[in-house]
Amino acid sequence: MAQTLFEKVWERHAVRQLPNGQTQLYVGLHLVHEVTSPQAFEALRVRGWRVRAPERTFATLDHIMPTRREPRPFSDPMAETMASALEKNCREHGIPLFDPSTGDQGIVHVIGPELGLTQPGMTIACGDSHTSTHGAFGALAFGIGTSQVRDVLASQTLAMSPLQVRRIEVSGRLASGVYAKDLILAIIRRLGIHAGTGFAYEYAGETIERLSMDERMTLCNMSIEGGARIGYVNPDRTTFEYLRGRRYAPGADGDSSAFERACAWWRSLASDPDASWADRVHLNASEIAPMVTWGINPGQSVGVDDCVPQPAAGSPLQSGIAEALEFMGLDGGQPIAGTPIDVAFIGSCTNGRLSDLREAARIVAGQKVAPRVRALVVPGSQAVALAAEREGLDDVFRQAGFDWRTAGCSMCLAMNADRLQGREICASTSNRNFKGRQGSPTGRTLLMSPAMVAAAAIAGEVVDVRTWVRESSVVAN
Amino acid sequence: MSSRIEQVAGRAIVLDGNDLDTDRIMPARFLKAISFDGLEAHLFEDDRRALKKQGTRHPFDDPDRTGARILLAGSNFGCGSSREHAPQALSRWGLGAIIAESFAEIFAGNSLMIGLVCMSASSADLTRLREAATSDSAREFVLDMTTARVTSGDLSVSVRMADTARAALLSGAWDTTGMLLDDVAAIERTSAQLPYIRGF
Repeated sequence: MAQTLFEKVWERHAVRQLPNGQTQLYVGLHLVHEVTSPQAFEALRVRGWRVRAPERTFATLDHIMPTRREPRPFSDPMAETMASALEKNCREHGIPLFDPSTGDQGIVHVIGPELGLTQPGMTIACGDSHTSTHGAFGALAFGIGTSQVRDVLASQTLAMSPLQVRRIEVSGRLASGVYAKDLILAIIRRLGIHAGTGFAYEYAGETIERLSMDERMTLCNMSIEGGARIGYVNPDRTTFEYLRGRRYAPGADGDSSAFERACAWWRSLASDPDASWADRVHLNASEIAPMVTWGINPGQSVGVDDCVPQPAAGSPLQSGIAEALEFMGLDGGQPIAGTPIDVAFIGSCTNGRLSDLREAARIVAGQKVAPRVRALVVPGSQAVALAAEREGLDDVFRQAGFDWRTAGCSMCLAMNADRLQGREICASTSNRNFKGRQGSPTGRTLLMSPAMVAAAAIAGEVVDVRTWVRESSVVAN
Repeated sequence: MSSRIEQVAGRAIVLDGNDLDTDRIMPARFLKAISFDGLEAHLFEDDRRALKKQGTRHPFDDPDRTGARILLAGSNFGCGSSREHAPQALSRWGLGAIIAESFAEIFAGNSLMIGLVCMSASSADLTRLREAATSDSAREFVLDMTTARVTSGDLSVSVRMADTARAALLSGAWDTTGMLLDDVAAIERTSAQLPYIRGF
């Protein structure tokens, strides 16, 4: 019978039906970080349970990491407490910890793929909602809460109910200056931030097939911002070529036939052409402009050449729009382009990979960050930082006036020292523009692509990277 | 470890607005801790502070609402992060149930894991409940899990949640770890058949 990837992978990981009607689902890869795990380890300790599959569990430090080189103990005592707790828990249970001394540390959703831990056909859980990122490989990857982290630690399984699958088909070419980030913001804007509840999003179609793995990760990363706990792309040659030779990928020990056998299995997991989807949606990528959020949730965005919406009298959304505009200090109907910014942040699990930094560097090369704009680049991992430094990207950013930092989640959610002050407005490559998200209760966030943030940093205001690129190249000539 | 939840009864607290995200419920800067203890003090902290500045009062600062057991909210409550800190704080504040038009999926799942009941109601019914609670802070509400109804005086509305979740709460099987360890052999059988574990 024809099946979707979701159904195939779910079925292979279903242990049994639980008395309450849920499915007990095996978790193939459990990723752990310092914020959502300490209470789970404590629960294990209280009940005398061991970690059931430490060999399928990997940990890193990301949320609280200072991004200026800091010796241990960290100057923030709570950050130090959290880091030490994770170190102790990993030691006690034999869990590998990718800390900064390993050179493999980074945001959990950046290092999993980078190390080849993330593979097609796996179920992947982590105490972080952006675990959906790993779906880019054709895995079922989803965020869980701390009580579920405890369940996975103790049993390597979870009590879950299956999701329906919505296939989002994208055709047409993304215009120059338009990226996967714009595509996912456009999808969320079209479908809404709650539409994905109860669904896994399957991204498919010629446009998706042409995307690199980095771009697919950006896309899947923000599925949760559309309410979908899982987003995935069917595995194909792009997926396999990315994984070939990675440290934890099959055949990394030189057995290339193992890798070929893995590819054959992975290929078999892709949704069958005659599978049935609960819902299908189609988008034309060529119609998408660079997107900018104007509000306080990721669905509140417009094309950069467009205007902030006017709260229409009588619309059920009116109070939401009015509240957002008031918080953002924007007027309904004003063009989003030209909005001045105070801070530019390039990084996060959404857009902190090498290709993101390359796109941003291309824009800022030979330019200067606008006066009064604070700009920082936080690579997603130590490996991303090293690769970027080998290409000289760090110098490009520094010469333009950006801070070049060390890896971590940083100003995406401001659990370290990197945060907005007061009502600062930040052009950010991260994933959430919620009130208070970037560390100041009144701070404001404009989500956009790395190229758009780079351009905004130079211009000091929101600009259309498509035309801005042309103008600056004219100057350069 | 967990007990049956058949009923949540008590006074109500009302929150306006849709899409109240987990960062609003529990701003991330208060998550720097290795336990959930004391989180409830920071519930909605930024919203509370902003309203105080404007000279108005957030419901969570209203002494008449202290001790409320049921939160009445809008739609898509708890969107955003998977951090359990949000439902943990609401539960530790004293809430036993949240009734909203709809919930974000991870939030609802996390709440279930700690026995915090999340039920949805139609927009019209929710409005009736909210009006009743807003006009009288002393008014008592009873959420009956068996009949899936909320009753208060002559007001009675139906509420709903996934059958599996309701069954888990009613039977006391919402604390899942023990149940998941009931059949370790089945876990082993499943994992042994997975190509990436067996070896390609």
